[in-house]
Amino acid sequence: MTSITDATLPITPRAMRDEMIVFVIMTALLAIVPWTGLYPFFVMQALCFALLACAFNLLIGYGGLLSFGHAMFLGTAGYCSAHALKVWGLPPELGILTGVAGSFVLSVITGYISIRRQGIYFAMITLALSQLLYFIYLQAPFTHGEDGIQGIPQGRMFGILDLSKPTVLYYVVLVGFLAGFLLIFRTINSPFGEVLKSIRENEQRAISLGYKTDHYKLLAFILSGTLAGLAGALKVFVAQNASLTDVEVGMSGQIVLMTLVGGLGTVFGPVVGAFVIVGMQQYLSGFGQWVTVIQGVIFVACVLTFRRGVVGEIAHLFKRSL
Amino acid sequence: MQALYAQLLVGLINGSFYALLSLGLAVIFGMLNIINFAHGALYMMGAFCAYFLLNLGGINYWWALLLAPIIVGIFGMVLERTMLQWIAGLDHLYGLLLTFGLALIIQGVFQNFFGSSGLPYAIPDQLRGGMNLGFMYLPVYRGWVVIFSLVVCLATWFLIERTRLGAYLRAATENPTLVRAFGINVPRMITLTYGLGVGLAALAGVLSAPINQVRPLMGEHIIIVVFAVVVIGGMGSIMGSIITGFLLGVIEGLTKYFYPEASNTVVFVLMVLVLLVKPTGLTGRAA
Repeated sequence: MTSITDATLPITPRAMRDEMIVFVIMTALLAIVPWTGLYPFFVMQALCFALLACAFNLLIGYGGLLSFGHAMFLGTAGYCSAHALKVWGLPPELGILTGVAGSFVLSVITGYISIRRQGIYFAMITLALSQLLYFIYLQAPFTHGEDGIQGIPQGRMFGILDLSKPTVLYYVVLVGFLAGFLLIFRTINSPFGEVLKSIRENEQRAISLGYKTDHYKLLAFILSGTLAGLAGALKVFVAQNASLTDVEVGMSGQIVLMTLVGGLGTVFGPVVGAFVIVGMQQYLSGFGQWVTVIQGVIFVACVLTFRRGVVGEIAHLFKRSL
Repeated sequence: MQALYAQLLVGLINGSFYALLSLGLAVIFGMLNIINFAHGALYMMGAFCAYFLLNLGGINYWWALLLAPIIVGIFGMVLERTMLQWIAGLDHLYGLLLTFGLALIIQGVFQNFFGSSGLPYAIPDQLRGGMNLGFMYLPVYRGWVVIFSLVVCLATWFLIERTRLGAYLRAATENPTLVRAFGINVPRMITLTYGLGVGLAALAGVLSAPINQVRPLMGEHIIIVVFAVVVIGGMGSIMGSIITGFLLGVIEGLTKYFYPEASNTVVFVLMVLVLLVKPTGLTGRAA
């Protein structure tokens, strides 16, 4: 069976160099955002989703595992962080840590359950698990049901960084995003990443070569879920709330859409895709409910004619790895 | 005790919908190798179709029971011809993504025109009222839903497992190239199969319209439960889908009686337990 992503180019000095150059350009562009006319809230939100999509892409693009429930990590980390900040009164850095720890525990449990089946079954299981969590969060008292946890204090990070200042918050979110991105970048260019790709291409062969593929898939799932949780924890500071919308199936669909639009299995695709989709919601909000239909159309168009996504098409055009 | 029997009946009814939907999914999965994420949206379209037939065309429930699955089935066949066939042979995750996009479009359009609230659909005159069974009061319509869907499920099973057409279908699932060499038009068979699966979803929609009202998002929640049913039962056999569907509906109903807090989650919890013990599902073949 053909794999879901184009065979990525092998790690060559040139491919690494290309990716490094793009990374430097991306970082420079993101660093100057506060001095441009761009709405920082929009960019911060996009950065959180970009990290989330990158984490999701680690699973599908390099492991061939389509998780349709990745919103559960976003939402769980969000609730954990929000609860730690508001009810326990922890400082921001420990609040983030609590959220990441929550998503780590969740990803260990859900990963262990879901990697027992592959392909579409894996997708359905992750979807069902996230729906299970949705109902739990709907009924659990600490999430405040439909209202969500609101009015979260932003506080001072390490006692010095005042997160209520938009510029400071922006750089904290940017640093969080870059740290997560670099970790993913390092992972896919490591021997571990190579084994993941071989599992995506042909799991039976990887098994016959002596790799414990379940072990690798579980590790990738945990890494992906935990980093998705980092995105969720950062998002709490941006949105100042944690609500059920972050756990919903629709959110999981949006994560898939972002990655698909940007390019499955490309390094920078999820980032581009996140900016496209978040920007679309921002600027098309006047269309109200029609945004869902537009997203559906983009989904269908991407699958039928544009499977490589924006970055994938560019990379293919220039025969570069991006 | 009355409440227990009532919840059992509700469970049986939900089980009928689960069975009809997972049966349709299994039929489609067999031929197209696609998990039809749009199944919930097509179930909703079935209910809306019955609503339109009644309110715009004055066509009653009995005709809707026949016409709605045909109309929605034809719509499904158009989808198959115009879109799904282009991704045949690709990784089946693409099928999931494509049909997810279709579900967004269909549900979004209906939501834009009808909001999120429910439209009423009256129970047909012949099935109004109820009868006293001695141990419980049985609303006639509810009894009808259970029996009718059971008959439809068994008829579908008979069609696929016991007729010549079904034999072609199963053969084409195993080896399409060989079946084509025998002079059978496999692409047309695939289209018809998709139409059949979609028609089953629409039929479930018509059946549920008088009970659950007609709502644009009525398929969104149920499809995820049905996916869990599919994971529990596996896609191995037609009969497996039917039995698992009814069984899980009943278990859900019992949970609603004994421990209502868990009624929304019990199917998912069962899915986790089954995965831990028998990852391939109760009747499933290895993926």
